[in-house]
Amino acid sequence: MTDKQRDIWKNRIAVFFAWVAALLFFFPIFWMVLTGFKTENQAIAIPPLLFFEPTLENFTEINERTNYSKFALNSIITSFGGTLLALLIAIPSAYAMAFNPGRWTKDILMWMLSTKMLPAVGVLMPIYFLAQNSGLYDTKAVLVIIYAMINLPIVMLILFNYFREIPKEILEASRMDGTSTFNEIRQVVMPLAWGGIASTALLSIILCWNEAFWSIVLTTTDASTLTAFVASFQAPEGLFWAKVSAVSTLACAPIVVFGWLAQKQLVQGMTFGAVK
Amino acid sequence: MNPALVRWLQAPSIVLLLIWMIVPLSMTIYFSTIRYNLLYPERKGFIGLSNYEFFYTDPSFYPALINTLVLVGSVLIITVVLGLAVSLLIDRPFWGRGVARVMLISPFFIMPTVSALVWKNMLMDPNNGLFAAAANALGMTPIEWLQDFPLLSIIIMVSWQWTPFAILIFMTSLQSQDQEQKEAATLDGAGFWSQFYHLTLPHLARPISIVILIQMIFHLAIFAEIFVTTSGGPGVQSTNLTYLIYIQSQQAFDVGVASAGGVFAIILANIVAIFLIRAIGKTLTV
Repeated sequence: MTDKQRDIWKNRIAVFFAWVAALLFFFPIFWMVLTGFKTENQAIAIPPLLFFEPTLENFTEINERTNYSKFALNSIITSFGGTLLALLIAIPSAYAMAFNPGRWTKDILMWMLSTKMLPAVGVLMPIYFLAQNSGLYDTKAVLVIIYAMINLPIVMLILFNYFREIPKEILEASRMDGTSTFNEIRQVVMPLAWGGIASTALLSIILCWNEAFWSIVLTTTDASTLTAFVASFQAPEGLFWAKVSAVSTLACAPIVVFGWLAQKQLVQGMTFGAVK
Repeated sequence: MNPALVRWLQAPSIVLLLIWMIVPLSMTIYFSTIRYNLLYPERKGFIGLSNYEFFYTDPSFYPALINTLVLVGSVLIITVVLGLAVSLLIDRPFWGRGVARVMLISPFFIMPTVSALVWKNMLMDPNNGLFAAAANALGMTPIEWLQDFPLLSIIIMVSWQWTPFAILIFMTSLQSQDQEQKEAATLDGAGFWSQFYHLTLPHLARPISIVILIQMIFHLAIFAEIFVTTSGGPGVQSTNLTYLIYIQSQQAFDVGVASAGGVFAIILANIVAIFLIRAIGKTLTV
């Protein structure tokens, strides 16, 4: 074998193992989706069924037997609400910091990121009492507020990095024309930063949607999100594998797609900007 | 912009985060020094460090601490080694690479309660699960995963979710590696391992340390996977610190002890956070 042939074979072996890894990692998701299309008996059949006549019964029955749409709506409201609130707070601040950095800007940003590193369980009791005493326990509002606060540091950082990439000359030109700051943000900065804001929102929605600690601790029935709803199937009597799989498939599908779209922001956001 | 306006625009985020940090934190510290059990509301008062003493002399504390360290340590080793291997494998052009990439990172986007249920029921269930079916087909006795190896089961679930994170980060930084340097090394006859050791590993040193630190922060706080699958059991075999504190507060209703535990968790996370903040500080340009 020549060196070239050897390289080709090495490459083929690497590609083979890459696919093996991809199939192994994806398999549990594939199996979950597949089980969602089985009947309950097929779902627990031994040996497990790979080929069967698919049924849509689980997806149609979810709403009759459970309050799926209520929980889905709660998830949508809390993750979009939390994201929107975080953006509203973060956009002006990140804008000011990016275009007028001061002596403390870096320290402020670092401090903000450090609040994200506080373990939730460390403030479990205070948040629990504050929610109870303010009447916000088991409401969507409390989750919106908490999701906004826990994602604010990451949203700030990514927006800051986006705003910094906007050339300052454009702003100076518009300032010469006598544009007010509000109009400057609205007419000049926003159109340029729009893509960045949208993908930041996408990342924030993913993180809110999959948040499990606060939604389990702070809700009982009214405001439970899909993560808490799925957790309620943990009991042994909840052995409806096909239905749980159908619920899980519906709950995860949109976010997995969002995740594929927001890979770049995810890398930046999850590493606090340390890897771009 | 005039300086006053700059300050006003920055104020909301800074003030809100300051409140979000200081109010709950000082309440936790305050609760941790008073006698405060929801079952005995009449007994109150300052008791110094007794809650801390109670928390760390609790027979569950030591196992929970060890479980936390084993959990974090094993997941770190698995995710970093697997993540490195897989990201190197797919760091080459091949047909369907985009699809393979998407399949590899997907587990990271599955909500933790769902992935815990999928593993607990459909894969690890000793009667109807796939692993049991595979064991039966091979003539072996199915393993009672959650019963006999609860901590290992959690480690497997969490690693499945977080290896994709490591892959994603390493993949991203491999793209910025100097290809000419690698080609030159190949021409000079440097083999795979020598290239890996002298070029790739130094290039990935920073991403690796970032991945380790970030995972430490998140894995110290693992909750949903344990809540859904083992509830910390059998006994305390899969209870970590987060779950222990949750039990203290939600089942024993002991606010004081749970808060002392919370302070301990915060200190533990801060030890990691100091290093993480330093690493981030080097890349943040203002």
